[in-house]
Amino acid sequence: MKQITIDATMDNLPIVFDFLLQSLTECGASKSQMRQIKLCVEEIYINIVNYAYTPGKGKALITFDTVGEKDSPPVRAVISFTDRGAPFDPLSQEDPNTELGLDDTPIGGLGIFIVKETMDSVSYERRDDKNIFTMEKTIDLQAG
Amino acid sequence: MNFDKTPDGKTLTVELNGQIDSVNINDIEKELLEEVEGVTDLTFDMTNLEYISSAGLRVLLQMQKMMKKRGNMVIKNANGNVMDIFKVTGFVKLLNIV
Repeated sequence: MKQITIDATMDNLPIVFDFLLQSLTECGASKSQMRQIKLCVEEIYINIVNYAYTPGKGKALITFDTVGEKDSPPVRAVISFTDRGAPFDPLSQEDPNTELGLDDTPIGGLGIFIVKETMDSVSYERRDDKNIFTMEKTIDLQAG
Repeated sequence: MNFDKTPDGKTLTVELNGQIDSVNINDIEKELLEEVEGVTDLTFDMTNLEYISSAGLRVLLQMQKMMKKRGNMVIKNANGNVMDIFKVTGFVKLLNIV
């Protein structure tokens, strides 16, 4: 398992991206899928930046693990985010209504929904005063 | 991001490049709002846009709502990954994608 612990700030998003892309490259993910997962990682990380420690500061731990081997797929990527901020379950948010017209569609609130729709599974738990968000995706090996 | 505006200032094509994420969206939004002043026909060319997160979608939706009141907004050349996000979020119905 690989992991990084960083200050949960907006400026550190590129560090999070580097960590993720390096990990995904090593497990053989396609470029297209890397962008998909990157998107989900941004949404969850930014959530921590915006809500976990406001108005203070704190750390975020991000882990990347794989289940299965490249030689004998499927390989599943398991990515987790841990913070010690205020309790917050992003999955408790109601999904946006994507059937509404332009005038009725509110601006915002799409981030977590994108994650739920894109990843194979997502989960949240509050444990030892920590928020732990985990998401998983089966890797498309070098599919383009 | 590149801007191509007609001399009368009414038609603007915005070429989006690379990546739009939570870090650079504030600068992009600010620049866009300045450029679209007085524009009635706005086109986003996404040929070279590789990545857009929900931060970027928020601004696109805001622009679409604004342009509806005073003209027209069109999205063109969105690539596979960007189109996927438009589909997941229902933006294919909200934006004018050609």
